[in-house]
Amino acid sequence: MKNTWWKALSVVLLLYVAVAGLLMPVPRLAILNESIRNLYFHVPMWFGMTFILIASVYYSVRYLRNPAPELDIRAHESARIGILMGCVGLATGSIWAKYTWGAWWTNDPKLNGAAIAMLIYGAYLVLRSSFTDEQQRARISAIYNIFAFATAMPLFYILPRLTDSLHPGAGGNPAFARYDLDSDMRLVFYPAVIGWTLLAFWLAQLASRVSLLKLKVYEKQLA
Amino acid sequence: MKNSLPKLRAALLLLLTLLLPVLRVAAQATAAPDSPEMADALRQSGKIYVVVAVITVVLAGLLFFLISLDRKLSRLEKEVKE
Repeated sequence: MKNTWWKALSVVLLLYVAVAGLLMPVPRLAILNESIRNLYFHVPMWFGMTFILIASVYYSVRYLRNPAPELDIRAHESARIGILMGCVGLATGSIWAKYTWGAWWTNDPKLNGAAIAMLIYGAYLVLRSSFTDEQQRARISAIYNIFAFATAMPLFYILPRLTDSLHPGAGGNPAFARYDLDSDMRLVFYPAVIGWTLLAFWLAQLASRVSLLKLKVYEKQLA
Repeated sequence: MKNSLPKLRAALLLLLTLLLPVLRVAAQATAAPDSPEMADALRQSGKIYVVVAVITVVLAGLLFFLISLDRKLSRLEKEVKE
């Protein structure tokens, strides 16, 4: 395990968030009550997803400039972890919505935007699996990945702000003004975002290494 | 893993530093009677710490598994290289 400092940092921050996230004082707000602590777990999913998808696009662009199979593997595994985190984000958001807004799902622009964006990324996985030729698969899914990112990000962060929405950070609301002004919550929220994002990169790295190893073993068998 | 001990100590120190503000909860003032309901009773009876302990154990277990997986993979990569 070389260059492990960021993995150790992720472990430390996540353990800290688990303890401090439940025990640190939070603002006393009606309706939200203690569920405000979901901010430390639900929101970092989306942060982590955004950063890992940026990494995925970065690898896709690099693949198109220099078609190495390693770059394709890294782009694919990063996108997969991003999709996983997005799905967890949707599920946790749905639970939170049930107990604060009173419904598992509302036709809120932020929620629907996120769901559509996840479907766009789901199509990325379907598209990938429909090719038998590796180079064709890598090239076309790299191009799709760039377009998927360019479509998904406005759906997450721009379009919901243009209309009314219940969700914080939409409907013209600045994202965290209400909670994040609270300096106690900042002490946990920022470490949570960093910790979960690093975990996403760690998982993507592990998945990529397994795929790379598989590729190497396969090439050895052919030789 | 020769110089892992100082690194471990540094990580532990960082964790302890981060945990310092948690201690303030012990001195948290009781809320005004008309303020929204929070899990004060849970804290007073001390049971919330049970949940915190359980979550910490679960998370630590998962992270430990991830670390061991990472190491196994590193070993395998070395083997394939040779």
